[in-house]
Amino acid sequence: MAVVLETRGLTRTFGRVVAAEDVSVQIRSGERVGLVGPNGAGKTTFLNLITGYVRPDHGRILFSGKDITGLPPRVITRMGIVRSFQIPQIYSTLSVLENMLLALAAREGRGFDFWNPLRRSRAIEEAMELLASFGLTEYAYRPAAELPEGGRKLLDIALAFALRPIVLLMDEPTSGVSTKDKFVVMDTLMEVLQRTGVTTLFVEHDMDVVYRYAERVLVFQNGRVVADGDPQTLFADVTVRRAVIGWE
Amino acid sequence: METLVIILIDGLVYASWLFLIAVGLTLIYGVLRILNLAHGSLYALGAYAAASLVIRYFDRGLWPPGSYFLMLGAAVAVGLLAGPFIERGLLRRIYNRDPVYQLLATYSLFLILEDFIKLVWGVNPYFAYKPAWLLGQVWLGGIPYPAYSVLLIGVALLAGGGLWFFIRRTRTGRLVVAMIYDPEISMALGVNVPRLSLLTFTLGAILAALGGAFTAPTLSVAPGISVEVIVLAFAVVVIGGLGSPEGSAIGALLVGLVRALMVHQRPELELFAIYLVMALVLLIRPQGLFAREEVRRV
Amino acid sequence: MKSLRILPWILAGVLIGLGWLLPGWSRFLLTLALARGLVVLGVALLMQAGLVSFGQGLFFAAGAYAVGFAMKYGGVRDAFLATALGALAGLGIAALTGLLLARYRGIFFAMLTLAFSMILYGILLKAYTITGGTDGLRIAPPAFLGHVLPEEHAGIGQYLYTLACAGVFLYLVFRYLESPLGYAVRAVRDNEVRVEYLGLSVSRVLYLTYLLVGVMSGVGGALSALSIGHIVPELAYWTTSGEFVFVALLGGTGSVFAPFIGSALFEFIRTYAYKYAPYTWQMLLGFIMLAIVLFMPGGIWSLSTSIPRRVFGWRWFWKPEA
Repeated sequence: MAVVLETRGLTRTFGRVVAAEDVSVQIRSGERVGLVGPNGAGKTTFLNLITGYVRPDHGRILFSGKDITGLPPRVITRMGIVRSFQIPQIYSTLSVLENMLLALAAREGRGFDFWNPLRRSRAIEEAMELLASFGLTEYAYRPAAELPEGGRKLLDIALAFALRPIVLLMDEPTSGVSTKDKFVVMDTLMEVLQRTGVTTLFVEHDMDVVYRYAERVLVFQNGRVVADGDPQTLFADVTVRRAVIGWE
Repeated sequence: METLVIILIDGLVYASWLFLIAVGLTLIYGVLRILNLAHGSLYALGAYAAASLVIRYFDRGLWPPGSYFLMLGAAVAVGLLAGPFIERGLLRRIYNRDPVYQLLATYSLFLILEDFIKLVWGVNPYFAYKPAWLLGQVWLGGIPYPAYSVLLIGVALLAGGGLWFFIRRTRTGRLVVAMIYDPEISMALGVNVPRLSLLTFTLGAILAALGGAFTAPTLSVAPGISVEVIVLAFAVVVIGGLGSPEGSAIGALLVGLVRALMVHQRPELELFAIYLVMALVLLIRPQGLFAREEVRRV
Repeated sequence: MKSLRILPWILAGVLIGLGWLLPGWSRFLLTLALARGLVVLGVALLMQAGLVSFGQGLFFAAGAYAVGFAMKYGGVRDAFLATALGALAGLGIAALTGLLLARYRGIFFAMLTLAFSMILYGILLKAYTITGGTDGLRIAPPAFLGHVLPEEHAGIGQYLYTLACAGVFLYLVFRYLESPLGYAVRAVRDNEVRVEYLGLSVSRVLYLTYLLVGVMSGVGGALSALSIGHIVPELAYWTTSGEFVFVALLGGTGSVFAPFIGSALFEFIRTYAYKYAPYTWQMLLGFIMLAIVLFMPGGIWSLSTSIPRRVFGWRWFWKPEA
């Protein structure tokens, strides 16, 4: 498959902390990549760099061969690289449905429409379908602030999902989701992602989840990618397991 | 050459005044994270207290130089009374609220104090010119200059120096600095935040009142003097960076000199000097000269 | 919900009727309240974005002085043209100041708007050869389509015209708040990061809103200039802006009608307060505002989730109609 996302020598420091050092990876279209490593290893920074929230000191980011280094998040988002967050970024005073409707309006380029109503029956239908697939139907008319932690997380992912991404970046999609629901959520999510051929990168601390859903794993440590391979091979490697993942 | 000296002195005098009103505002913001819109009212309270006392003092025919100590005493008294009263009574209730609320709350306080001043001192202006008039003129580089204005520079220098000593050389002062630049760490280390807030606010109030008290002899103390003060003080504080005491000194100096330059060269633009400096600084450094940019973590 | 559709029309009918029923002085106050209500509506709109402007006097004065200049130097007497000029002045200033302001929030936004309005105040005061300084400018009664209304009808004409203008903007804001851009404004208040990550520009959302607010406030200034017949630099003073904030807070942001109701209340109370408590009027305002800020659980925005929401627009939690 063609390379859809590529980073070349990404480096970024915050004061004395090296958050990314010479990160060069190629992601092929349709891949499901798990990003693992200890806290502070640079996983979230990697997502921040790709989406333009943080600018690299050195290095370049290419999306389908186009240089997107230094572009702001909104432009990168419109190009098709979309993300969800470790701490859910949702609109807590709007209803869950309105959250979704705004995402849909943004996708359709109606974000700056100031005359036609946001709530249009066709959009509502699509939003409700999306909410149903994330199991959020019962919260649709409640303010997002009332969602339980797991629900906030799901809404955050659903917002990203509603934009019909080409590449979806997820920062710890299952943290805050109960162990019982974890696999249900990921099953649904991955099924849709696979069906629609969305390239997916996700940061994850739960190695069971990584093992089950990632085709490829990038191991981060001190801002560097120290291992790259399929989960079976990688997790069989004792050094990787012990030193980096801390998973016996 | 003579013009240059005058511009320099004028600039310094104005900068001194700006510094006195701005440094308290920025200190309070730095520690309490509240922008006190009633800061100008504290200035006005200081001015009114000093003016009314000084007029009575001279009416009694007492020892003239004592009036300076009276002004100082008035400012400190105003600060010690109003500071704790406002911090304990109002600000303490709104520490964890949205900054915009805090702004509205202190705006309410400003409205209340404005009328409070009218109720206590009436609406007629006070002229307490004698302390300024007493000093006559000094000769600076062959030019006569009101000596009292030079005294103002001294007052600002003393206040600034004292503040610098407090901040750099005393334990409590270091805590204030730590609170400004690393609030999370300070709180984690167990700094007594309520005590420090009370102290800082009172100190800021005294400084504002001091500015008012020592300016009183140079103007007619009348309703409305507090309004201009808060706008100018904020501009200075923004230029220096919200929360930075050093920044407010630099900001005051910058604005003072630019204004003096304009007064002598382009008098029609004098009023806008401060805004011009502010706009320029903000275009280059949106967070002000001495403040750090805050990036939200996601 | 159907029955609610006609409520605005009934309200409009009542307000038009009031024009004939009310005695001249009350009608004048109501006219002023409507004109100033437009500015308050702007403040409330900005509050939706989490922004408090302490400088709406900037647009208010700009709109008023646009009319004043046009009349003094251009001989313009037409009410429609004067209003359009007020709108244009508001738009122009918003377009200019918005470039800087779109970068700021919270305290900075509040204080920078304040600074801008004080700059205009300074200009109006200093350029007295053009602006009349503290004396201000006199505004002659306007003409409607070439007719200057006779004395006995002038008041009612002004009132109806102001009412119509207020109605137009009220509807515009209503549409705006139900539109994606209107929701984006509230989204900015909630979470700017997510707005950017939906591919929308936060500064563009705020800039566009600011333009609308500028136009509205400019029109408000023009209309009140036409009905008062005299303008002074104090229109740009920051305490004037503070009053707008106060009224917005008083009315709440729960409905597009709230700013006008608040404004009407304010005008009438002020008239009496000036008469009976000239030196404690501000203090009273201060205490009321403090009470709103301190004792409204959840604060200003909580007003928006109360009764008015259910009755008129800005429905937060919308359910499909059965």
